[in-house]
Amino acid sequence: MAKSIDVTDLSIYYGDFLAVEKVSMTIEPKSVTALIGPSGCGKSTFLRSLNRMHEVIPGARVEGKVSLSGQDVYGPTVDAVSVRRHIGMVFQRPNPFPTMSIYENVIAGVRLNGGRLPKARLDEVVERSLRGANLWNEVKDRLDRPGSGLSGGQQQRLCIARAIAVEPDVLLMDEPCSALDPISTLAIEDLIADLKANYTIVIVTHNMQQAARVSDRTGFFNIEATGQPGRLVEMDDTTVIFSRPSQQATEDYVSGRFG
Amino acid sequence: MSTQAPSPDTTMSGLGGNRRLGDRLFSGAATAAGVLILLALAGVFTFLVLEGYPALVADPEQIPGEGGIVAFIAPLLFGTVFGAVLALLIALPLSVGIGLFISHYAPRRVASTLGYVIDLLAAVPSVVYGLWGIYFLAPQIAGLFPWLHDNLGFLPFFSQSPSGSGRTMMTAGVVLAVMILPIMTAVNREVFLQTPRLQEEAALALGATRLEMILMTVLPFSRSGIMSGAMLGLGRALGETIAVAMVLSAYPGLVSLNLIGSQNSSTVAANIALKFPEYTGLEVNALIASGLALFVLTFLVNFTARAIIARRAEFSGANA
Amino acid sequence: MTAVNAPTETPTETDAAPGLESHRHLGTGATWGLTGAGLAGGALLGLLAGSWAVGAVAGLLLVLVALPGVSWRVEGARRGKDRAFTVVVTVAFLLALLPLLSLIYSTLTNGLARFDPEFFTSDMRAVLGEGGGALHAIVGTLLITGSATLISVPIGIMCAIYLVEYGKGRLARMVTILVDVMTGIPSIVAGLFAFALFSIFFGPSIRFGLGGAVALSLLMVPVVVRSVEEMLKLVANELREASYALGVPRWRTIVKVVLPTAGAGIAAGVTIAIARVIGETAPLLIIAGSTTNLDWNIFEGRMMTLPVFTYESYMIPGVPPEPGVDRAWAAALTLMVIVMGLNLAARLIARLFGTKSR
Repeated sequence: MAKSIDVTDLSIYYGDFLAVEKVSMTIEPKSVTALIGPSGCGKSTFLRSLNRMHEVIPGARVEGKVSLSGQDVYGPTVDAVSVRRHIGMVFQRPNPFPTMSIYENVIAGVRLNGGRLPKARLDEVVERSLRGANLWNEVKDRLDRPGSGLSGGQQQRLCIARAIAVEPDVLLMDEPCSALDPISTLAIEDLIADLKANYTIVIVTHNMQQAARVSDRTGFFNIEATGQPGRLVEMDDTTVIFSRPSQQATEDYVSGRFG
Repeated sequence: MSTQAPSPDTTMSGLGGNRRLGDRLFSGAATAAGVLILLALAGVFTFLVLEGYPALVADPEQIPGEGGIVAFIAPLLFGTVFGAVLALLIALPLSVGIGLFISHYAPRRVASTLGYVIDLLAAVPSVVYGLWGIYFLAPQIAGLFPWLHDNLGFLPFFSQSPSGSGRTMMTAGVVLAVMILPIMTAVNREVFLQTPRLQEEAALALGATRLEMILMTVLPFSRSGIMSGAMLGLGRALGETIAVAMVLSAYPGLVSLNLIGSQNSSTVAANIALKFPEYTGLEVNALIASGLALFVLTFLVNFTARAIIARRAEFSGANA
Repeated sequence: MTAVNAPTETPTETDAAPGLESHRHLGTGATWGLTGAGLAGGALLGLLAGSWAVGAVAGLLLVLVALPGVSWRVEGARRGKDRAFTVVVTVAFLLALLPLLSLIYSTLTNGLARFDPEFFTSDMRAVLGEGGGALHAIVGTLLITGSATLISVPIGIMCAIYLVEYGKGRLARMVTILVDVMTGIPSIVAGLFAFALFSIFFGPSIRFGLGGAVALSLLMVPVVVRSVEEMLKLVANELREASYALGVPRWRTIVKVVLPTAGAGIAAGVTIAIARVIGETAPLLIIAGSTTNLDWNIFEGRMMTLPVFTYESYMIPGVPPEPGVDRAWAAALTLMVIVMGLNLAARLIARLFGTKSR
């Protein structure tokens, strides 16, 4: 199921403001790609443009091309809604639906899309997704409890279970650990390593150690000054980026000299 | 994994698929509901004009009072504004005081409950206010009238001989004041609470007493908010019908500043409620024309109030 | 009332710290003593005048003069003014409680006389003098308010959804302003509108229940829009995004995620809106009219409602007037019970079922 993403000359605008300029990259299937860079460099904006979530923000638009295993994500006949079903997303802060139980949260993607599956199939999906998110053993006895009653780390894993329940091809993660404590962060990082077997994962993170730990490839975004567009400075294997990057700016950033 | 398809959309092989129909229908319905609001207001205006128009062009003899439509409506408008302004004069200082009490004096824990208690005044149906005004308030207030007449009788407000029943413009004004207190208090409370905390603390740090702090920071900051609250209250008072119809001993056509006698100006709304059941033909059209005048008046007052609020939100930065 | 927490204030019982200018202060005991004395004086005057309202007002005025006066002498002008203002705002609040309390008191004492089974089980057909009841008016009120709710809630919710989820540009701004303006439409104008509308089609003697529902809807829709709008805005954007990211279309996100999350708030808001219109008299007097008979048909014929029943029982009490006036008070009490019950219910709904959505 995992697919590759090809981005060619992608620029993102908020109204007239150019936020991200001419980014090109290839994301391999069944790999973890980390996007790092200082605040405001456009890495989250870029991530959102991969599954057209930026369209939620009024005035945001893109130029350039994003394709999912060859299919144009921004093609004229392509619907943003179906793109998002193929490219799932996990957010910075855990956001389980407060009116739903843990069980309902996991199948929310199926249910909300108007799907009717027999109860046995739903049970199957719930168990598989929760196991996939390393959460099954912790919650299997209280599936009917509200999702908002879980701890922050558990909530975030619930959100991951919810995202993989619809079986996307790609999973985007926008700083998924920034609101979590170190132990929960570790649990999520372990999970990412497991998920790699089935999914293509793109993760935005502020934490360089995290990028080094979880990713196969790393892209460094930078911004020259406030008001300037963000650019992809370089992208390479994670080991290369953190040991001998080709650009001085990358070197400065990963060695903590700035940012 | 590829054999399982929990997504019901099994036909979808790629990224295509037209899922937009539901969205289009739903957003269309939502927009239609918004447009319906515009149509409703336009409809109110249109139908009042349609049904009021015959009275505007009718022979003056056929209008109640036999002096034409202007002579019919003008005294009613006078009474309406007179009563509403009176209510506003009573309610404005009270609502500022109550708002301050809730926002700056009452203990934090009970403040919201106190606000709720004041809001309950808004829940009381106007017909109950009418009964209360007649049977409780009027007799109590009537006791003051002889004194007012004896000591302040040189003012036009108190020159008439005092009414024994208390069914006067003064009583109506007090009832209206009670009725518009909640909305004015609610607005005041909100704006008082929005006063920048830093300004307040700066004033206190200069050694100001609480009163001085309020005079230095809270009231200047809240001036436009208080004004818009007052306009909203005024709008309510202008349109209040049943309570006034029950309390006031009214003489339509009379223009009088009297507050304590038994011969009072009537108001547009009360006059409609009192006369509608007995009027026929052009008389009904005349009532509708007076209702149109009231609609335009309250529309202007409310619009001004909202404009003040909107301007304030833009300039103060308090809502940012 | 006594806690003046200005930073310059030094502890009341102990002496001022060295180096700080020392003030003479009124202790808590003195403050409450003066307040009590003022209120007692008022009570005495009230007894003399034979009216508790006079007593209450006089008592508050006495405190208003006594406390700041003494403070002025003892603590100086600035502190005296501050005390005076504290008393003023407190008195303002207590003054506002007077009408509420006396309203509840009058309605209870006068209304209980006819708050009996007969009142709730019979109508006014062929009733002269004593007896009779408001069954027809209660049925009418339920039918008309119910219909108004059925009309207003869908329109109000959809309009709020438009404003929060879809609306932008001129149209949305205009709708926002006009909804605000609509909340200020005098209720009698709503009645005249319904009358003007239906009389064009059915002639000038038209009176029927549904017309009343239309008039009430005009008053109810803006209230519903406002409260639903507030509730929708409270729903965290993150929940919408979570849903979009699952590939859920916008409209399903609104129906299945946003509305349920705001559900309790919306229910509370609708309850308040019902409470707001259920006591409306003027529009129903115009377009629903009044009758003495029980009538279940909302589409045809005059229909009595509780507020109009109250009004007419007072305005046309019959001979002798007492039974009519008693019925008016009993109907007023019924209305108060309904309205206060709805307000309480709204508060309970919001508290018990409210979802915390951050």
